[in-house]
Amino acid sequence: MTSIIPVESLKTKPFRVDPSEAPTADIREALFELEEAGEIIVQRVPEPYVEVMTKYGRTKKIPLGQTWHHKSCGQCGHIPGYSTAIFWLTRKLGYDYLDPKDQTSCTAWNYYASATSNVAAQGGVAMRNFAAAYETGYFPIIHCGTSYGHYKEVRQEIVHHGDVREKVRDIMSKLGKPLVMPEEIVHYSEWVHAVRDQIAQHQVRDFSDIVACVHPACHYYKLIQEDAIYDPDIYGGQRTATVSGLILALGAEVADYSTFFDCCGFGFRHILVSRDFSRSFATMRKIEVMKEEANPDVVITHDTGCVTTLDKSQFAPQAHGRNVGVPVMSDAQFAALAMGAHPYRVCQLHWHSTDYRPLLEKMGIDWEAAWIEFEKDLKRLEANEIEYLTWEDVDG
Amino acid sequence: MSRAAPATTFAQRPGATLAPRAYEDVPYEEKLALWEEVKADPRFPDYLYGCYECGICVAACPSARFYDFSPRKIAQAAAREDVELIFEQMNDDVWNCSQCFSCDRCPRQNSPGGLITILREVAVRHGLASSQEALEGYGRVVYKIMTTGTQVSPDMLQPDAFPDWGPDVKEVSDQLDLWRRALPPETLHTTSTGWEVSEKTLLELYLIWHYSDVMDMIEEVDEGLHMIILDVMEETLEEAGYEI
Repeated sequence: MTSIIPVESLKTKPFRVDPSEAPTADIREALFELEEAGEIIVQRVPEPYVEVMTKYGRTKKIPLGQTWHHKSCGQCGHIPGYSTAIFWLTRKLGYDYLDPKDQTSCTAWNYYASATSNVAAQGGVAMRNFAAAYETGYFPIIHCGTSYGHYKEVRQEIVHHGDVREKVRDIMSKLGKPLVMPEEIVHYSEWVHAVRDQIAQHQVRDFSDIVACVHPACHYYKLIQEDAIYDPDIYGGQRTATVSGLILALGAEVADYSTFFDCCGFGFRHILVSRDFSRSFATMRKIEVMKEEANPDVVITHDTGCVTTLDKSQFAPQAHGRNVGVPVMSDAQFAALAMGAHPYRVCQLHWHSTDYRPLLEKMGIDWEAAWIEFEKDLKRLEANEIEYLTWEDVDG
Repeated sequence: MSRAAPATTFAQRPGATLAPRAYEDVPYEEKLALWEEVKADPRFPDYLYGCYECGICVAACPSARFYDFSPRKIAQAAAREDVELIFEQMNDDVWNCSQCFSCDRCPRQNSPGGLITILREVAVRHGLASSQEALEGYGRVVYKIMTTGTQVSPDMLQPDAFPDWGPDVKEVSDQLDLWRRALPPETLHTTSTGWEVSEKTLLELYLIWHYSDVMDMIEEVDEGLHMIILDVMEETLEEAGYEI
């Protein structure tokens, strides 16, 4: 059971939600109507699932197993411990999953950066991936916050605009695939939130001295905000509960700071071709504010771009004497460390930039010994004694 | 419905002191045609309901803090159908947006970020010089996503591309092959793509690009890039028996 974060203003003005007073219609109802009319197939959330509350008090089903993992290009490419930790948690909790090769990126990072795409193409990419999941019988769970938000945009366009639906249906039929939409669009951090008490039951490291600041991902809770998880016991139901709920379940402290709602500075095109903006924003509006107001041991977030921007942007500002130096990781990596995961074999922290070693020491992890173990793995790989590091090696 | 140019702009009226607007050399009809295309986008009615001028979107906007940029002005210009100003924004403002959608906090449920998505898309489709300039240096990312199916690859982490990310980038780059082999998930042993994408999947992606006219958009902004992508795709598609 999680506790209420002591934010006085939120205690005095509790947020009451009533689904009947929601400002927007429940898109799932429209989706089921389209299914009844024979226009679309709706892939149902497999059992067992956990029911959670979303922003306007509606219920959302989060599947526990039989999940088809829609990977993130930024996570897999540059923060591979992020994806690895998600798979590791799923395996440790004993849930069945698929890590498909029949999956493309959502292409939304490029779209939000360059606009070199259009509604039909975006719909085609999304529905191709959803159809690929449907063909396997596994339910899509989306690793990237931007893919998650963008797919919800695509769902709006396909459900509410018949002409868009027809265009995408035409493309899908040329690929020999049906038009399939999952009953719920689920972000992996929602799965982490749904199983946080199970994670806590498997916790082997004490996090009671750890202070964490949460950075919520914009495309998780701002873009089609209706689907994001909220909980009256977390921030009085006035901020999204994902990430914060996990940290509380693990016994760490969630420290508040005044720029919680600001983005990380990623900017899509900016992080690639105008990084002075991303770096300045991440430093001045996020990391320095956190340091000054909360002095956290770690920043925990739940999206590709946020981990990248907040972590990588902290190197250059040191030359200007800025107040930086807080390690950044995902909720999945944080949860995995709590459950005893190896910091290098599983969480792959050597891919991160900002110094995470003081945090590991505070968690009771001997990072020097762990690195020596990992170096032995690397030597075995180098000598071709093994081709790859396997799950068996990690668990062994 | 097309409209004629206004008889006089504000700046041309007697006593007006505003500086002449930018892009006066571009005919009004051209600007109007672009605006009509923006309005014809199926998403447009979902992104604009009117503007209170409350400025909540500006307060939430990261780009407004570092650039001369305002999501409120984007929404207002669209609501007023100020064709001249919209054209100016399409050239000078839209590429500053961070696309975070913090502006979706709008009490009227406008989405200035969504409007910008459409404005950018129309600008790209018509190959505006400002779009070409904004996307200069971005071509390799477009190439990567369109030809491999994953946008970000491990081998993009090169010290000369990311000097501001510190010395760790060089270490990752130097150790890349080895470190990728040290990843337990079987799909992640790749270096030129984020994960291993099957050939069948890639073929389907190429067909989506063709059937949705995205290739025409690429041609408008970068002909050289268009040719390179087309070469890669055609080879795969022809091998699979498709004639595009």
